[in-house]
Amino acid sequence: MRTFLTSKRLIMPALAFAAIAAFSVDAMAQKTIKIGASAPKTGPLAGGSTVSFWPNVELWVKQINAAGGIKLKSGKAKIELIEYDDRTNPGEAIKNIQRLATQDKVDFILAPYGTGLNLATAPLFAKFNYPLITHTAITDKVEALTKRYPNIFFSLGTTTAFAGSVAKVLGKMKSAGTIGNKVAMVNVADAFGIELANAARPIFKKAGFEIVYDKSYPLGSPDLSPVIRGAKAAKPDAFVAWSYPPDTFGLTAQAKVQGLDVKAYYTAVATAFPVFAGKFGKSAEGILGAGGINPETTAMKNYRATHKKITGKTADYWASGMVYATFQILQQAIEAVGTTDRKAVTAHIKKSTFNTVMGPINFKNQNNEVFWTVGQWQSGKFYGVSSTGHPGEKSIKAKPKW
Amino acid sequence: MIEDKFLTRRELAGFIIAIVALAIAAMLPVLNTGYILSLGVTIAMYTVLSTSWALFSGPTHYISLATAAFFGLGMYVVGSGIEVLPFPILAIIATCAGAVLAFLIGVATLRLSGIYFVIFTLGLAEFIRQIVTWVQTTMGTSSGLYVLINIEEKTIYWRLLCLAAFVYLIGWGINRSRLGFALRIIGNDEEVAKHSGINVALVKVLLFMISGSIAALTGALLAPRWTYIEPTIAFSPMLSFLVVIMALVGGAQRLWGPILGVIPFALVWDLITAQFPNQTALMLGIAFLLVVYAIPNGIGGQGAKYWAKFKHWRDFRVT
Repeated sequence: MRTFLTSKRLIMPALAFAAIAAFSVDAMAQKTIKIGASAPKTGPLAGGSTVSFWPNVELWVKQINAAGGIKLKSGKAKIELIEYDDRTNPGEAIKNIQRLATQDKVDFILAPYGTGLNLATAPLFAKFNYPLITHTAITDKVEALTKRYPNIFFSLGTTTAFAGSVAKVLGKMKSAGTIGNKVAMVNVADAFGIELANAARPIFKKAGFEIVYDKSYPLGSPDLSPVIRGAKAAKPDAFVAWSYPPDTFGLTAQAKVQGLDVKAYYTAVATAFPVFAGKFGKSAEGILGAGGINPETTAMKNYRATHKKITGKTADYWASGMVYATFQILQQAIEAVGTTDRKAVTAHIKKSTFNTVMGPINFKNQNNEVFWTVGQWQSGKFYGVSSTGHPGEKSIKAKPKW
Repeated sequence: MIEDKFLTRRELAGFIIAIVALAIAAMLPVLNTGYILSLGVTIAMYTVLSTSWALFSGPTHYISLATAAFFGLGMYVVGSGIEVLPFPILAIIATCAGAVLAFLIGVATLRLSGIYFVIFTLGLAEFIRQIVTWVQTTMGTSSGLYVLINIEEKTIYWRLLCLAAFVYLIGWGINRSRLGFALRIIGNDEEVAKHSGINVALVKVLLFMISGSIAALTGALLAPRWTYIEPTIAFSPMLSFLVVIMALVGGAQRLWGPILGVIPFALVWDLITAQFPNQTALMLGIAFLLVVYAIPNGIGGQGAKYWAKFKHWRDFRVT
């Protein structure tokens, strides 16, 4: 008589059952936390976000998942990342946040990139109670915006503070006798550049500087040699450019070619990018720029090394660290609350101090008041030389000849 | 005689279909106020822009890449005046500003033909952007503008729908008027039109003004949704290209053509964004190539071809 249940017949169902059981046990243990990210991968801001934002997302998610996940009361939860490209378009960004909130039903959303995209999506973050910890929004309307949106946080600084700090740095160099009082100032005729130039004019005058040259140039000007020629003709002691990424490079290349030798040379955005030092090499020595970090702290050293190792890209010396710090804040707040209760997490962010790669951060009225404002290239690294209260400001050096 | 009746039976049927479609579209915010509504806003916006673009460019064959110039202008009117004037007045000002700009450009450039006109309009958005920035630099205000007023997304959606209905009414009115007839003649042969005593320049400028003011109004209506307006984003040339592409995909020769392009285009793009977040540009390019090779006359043109075939089969089949 043949038995129906031979071992051969049994083996397949048994295996299948075992596989299903193993799978479901695995699924039970692997509770996930859904995190959404929407930022430019294409469009005008993609150049910045692919240096400062996206590599940090990759780094943060990989690090957390390698460590088993975010610690909740119910156990560790790995991150499931859902990412969208907003094509640097506010309409698209709004649609992406709507999709993340109502279709994908994510637990948290990382802040978008740049001032405009953050402000366009802020009403939605407020509507769905997501904390919006901005890392790259710079505005002078902090008070009005934080009143309007109870869940928005600002961390990178204000335009007035940036202009004020440059005046402070130049003032220090003037009292040390390094430079005289003649400043040549140029700005890119676009949002950030105009705001900074307008803020700087009265501040420079008050600090006892004479603006001997004051010109703006259109965004995307291919030929900046007339700007530098004009500045050089005014015989300044210091050169300040409120510039954007393409012109930061263009102006500096021209200043080198034409030999604009000043002891204080400042260009704004992208001076802190690693490619800046890559392009200008030794000539970058002594150049001042917006932002900066303290690259000598242990936390920052580790962060930069891991960033390079995991993403294959070098972190910049300003926004990268801030972007990562806001992710750390989110993680620490979620772990402190122990659940994905968004209102509780927002409330926790408002009242706590967080340990980040940028040092301790806390928000007063949803605004981080301690940030780096001016940095300087010194022996291959971009050091913060002025801030609104960070320890470890490096002393300022006079810029050597090109 | 067709001309004697105010509405033919076919037109009446079209009207009823349009009203039913509008009513269904207007129900959207009642059913969903989340993601689908924001997709709806995008579709409504491109419907208005593409249809009003086709009002001018369809019959005249002048490809205008100036949509972003008008759109950005409308946004900037709202952005710079929102602290002083109420929103409805700003929307009216924006519409007028769009018409004035279109008039100035039209008078200066509509004598240009073909490729020259395309290049000029492409440069126009950039030109206006530079002027706006220059004004702001010299006036000494910041160039980012904040539109901090509370207008719900569904309100914006309904406003855009009303505007879309209005655009269709205008388009329908133009098509059956002498103006529309003149436009079609110009589109076929401008020389012939001139010799038949049509004031070619006037007709073109008039149409360009209608199209431009609608684009400016669309910008004004969307400004509260964007909250923060800066020149690079408001005058993005991408917008001009998308509007043209969508209109051509649908078919610019017919009034209802562009919407046939807008809806599938918006949905496909949305799908691409969701499925291939890192390859959007590549996938979009492939989708566009497929469209150009597979349906060169647009969805509207293709539909009309099959309709004609069907009618031929119906009328001449051997039973």
